[in-house]
Amino acid sequence: MSTPQPPTHQQAAPAPNWQAAPGTSYVSPIPITRTHLGHALASEWTKIKSVRSTMWTLGVFLLLVVGVGLLVAVNTTTEDYTEVPYTIPAFFGLILGQICLITLGVLVVSSEYGTGMIRTTFTASPQRYRVLTAKLIIFFVVAFAVSAFAIGLVGLFTSSLHDGESGTPWGRSVLMGALYVSLLGVLALAVGSMLRHSAGAITTMLGVVLVPAILPAFLMLSDSMRTIGEKMMEYNAPNALARIFELDTDSGTGGSQLALLAGVTAAAIAGAYALLEKRDV
Amino acid sequence: MIELEGLTKRYGEKMAVNHLTFTVRPGIVTGFLGPNGAGKSTTMRMMLGLDRPTAGDVRIDGQHYDRLKDPLRYIGALLDAKAMHGGRSAFNHLLCLAQSNGIPRGRVDEVLDTVGLTSVARKKAKGFSLGMGQRLGIAGALLGDPRILMFDEPVNGLDPEGIHWIRNLMKSLAAQGRTVFVSSHLMSEMALTADHLVVIGQGRLLADTSMADFIRQNSRSYVRLRSPQRERLLDVLHGAGVTAVEAGGGTLEVDGSKSEYLGELAAEHGIVLHELSPQQASLEEAFMQLTAESVEYHAHSGTVDDPGADGAPGAPGAPGAWGTGPAEGASRPPGPPQSPPPPPGSSSWGSDWKKG
Ligand SMILES: Nc1ncnc2c1ncn2[C@@H]1O[C@H](COP(=O)(O)OP(=O)(O)OP(=O)(O)O)[C@@H](O)[C@H]1O
Ligand SMILES: [Mg+2]
Repeated sequence: MSTPQPPTHQQAAPAPNWQAAPGTSYVSPIPITRTHLGHALASEWTKIKSVRSTMWTLGVFLLLVVGVGLLVAVNTTTEDYTEVPYTIPAFFGLILGQICLITLGVLVVSSEYGTGMIRTTFTASPQRYRVLTAKLIIFFVVAFAVSAFAIGLVGLFTSSLHDGESGTPWGRSVLMGALYVSLLGVLALAVGSMLRHSAGAITTMLGVVLVPAILPAFLMLSDSMRTIGEKMMEYNAPNALARIFELDTDSGTGGSQLALLAGVTAAAIAGAYALLEKRDV
Repeated sequence: MIELEGLTKRYGEKMAVNHLTFTVRPGIVTGFLGPNGAGKSTTMRMMLGLDRPTAGDVRIDGQHYDRLKDPLRYIGALLDAKAMHGGRSAFNHLLCLAQSNGIPRGRVDEVLDTVGLTSVARKKAKGFSLGMGQRLGIAGALLGDPRILMFDEPVNGLDPEGIHWIRNLMKSLAAQGRTVFVSSHLMSEMALTADHLVVIGQGRLLADTSMADFIRQNSRSYVRLRSPQRERLLDVLHGAGVTAVEAGGGTLEVDGSKSEYLGELAAEHGIVLHELSPQQASLEEAFMQLTAESVEYHAHSGTVDDPGADGAPGAPGAPGAWGTGPAEGASRPPGPPQSPPPPPGSSSWGSDWKKG
């Protein structure tokens, strides 16, 4: 051949002629597996376990709920619990602690966009809806387990401190309290998936929690806004938790607040799924 | 096998990828070349179903990427960015990928060993150097022992040994019958690795040719002459039926004659020569000529040669008209003279890459 040859490497290991190549395709010895949701769940479990932010947010959450809870518990008397559940001391920690779950919920998805990991993730699992589903399930299970544990622990401690004579059963407040803050975290995850930006999503979620708690004070000043203000007052997150822990039982024990949050979360999840398939990553 | 069919991607006003049609075949390394912003990464993202095409289609063995049941077993990809969570250890990064595709855990240790990261497997990825991050990305691509491999600028940040390693890795992967698709800016690198070449510029296909054809068409060899008796030399050459082209700086260039013959010719006529040197235009030069019109992001500096502007009267015409068939090889694009001739067994292109 009169062609100038590319240097030695190619001569040492002659490359196959490309025209002759088709048909000879590589077959791997590793057995083929059809991927399914179980694989995605295992993967997301490894992911959530293996980053610092999980330990930080959940650590601070436990510290707030259990720490503040125990402080409150030792400063109360047995008489304080005649009409309220023993889990009430957990309420004060949860008001702050819910921000930890919101942060974790956002980070579970937005950190992947922030780092570029999401491209690797979606290359490994092009069924994007499956990835989001796995993230939602894993996060919800973790958040619910941790918050139920924390609230339950506070309830047990308070009950043993005050000889368990409360007339109010407190199991319900453990489940509903944990469900409420976990759903708030799930909502944050869905918002994170739509906004793809950690700071943006966390700020949005803080707005969702804080604005309805603060704004009514101003809305009440105007007659025309009064009803909106009252609704916000009734359904904001701190107030919802207050009802769940029976701090304020004038109108229900948080059932309708929980239902509203579940509805908003469902809508946000639907939005997240819809956007997920359409957008570039 | 990857088939692209009129693949197009528009970002607002910007046509990032413009009607690309080509096929990436198994058993060979296909090099994907283009200047910065040509659309290489965008094309690769569309192949992986990450970006949705504005128009056209891309299929992996006839299927869309998101229909693959076992994606990592099918395609392993290294994307250009550090596409990983820096807070996760190398092992856990690979483990979560393996789990998502039901790949056995033992395979993680295997690929860590293959890329030489075993000793830092438990270290966080954010502490990794550029080259280590690149190796971790390559480990991720190899995880599923896939039949198609896609690398976006794999030599980025690798040391000479690493470059040598990845070059051999790609060749051996292709030799096993796999499809290997690799992007680069460096023609010199591709000359050493690729068997087939796809060149794009501003999102459009400029060339789809075998490496051998590309080299045949583009390694112009000529002889450079310099003489204080320039006019006489020109006359003598003309008399002998040799065509000499005047290049800058008082030098002459002669295509298709041996330097021995020209030297003897000059001696016969008693002409003093100050220079008589065989030259070979590098492939890098040919690549820059090919893409000159489509380079978007120039460096503006007086000292750096701008390949599009300096003394290349016959800069390539319409992109796309070039190199699509061997027949056109006769009209080779002129390359500005440079770089000394290669000693036998060495090369003028990529000599700085050649290690080991
Ligand atoms: N997400 C995006 N939004 C808007 N424009 C984009 C986006 N991604 C790429 N582009 C544009 O598309 C063009 C092609 O970019 P691409 O990254 O594919 O080029 P490339 O060939 O990989 O370049 P390089 O060699 O520098 O990596 C560029 O002009 C870039 O600005
Ligand atoms: Mg790129």
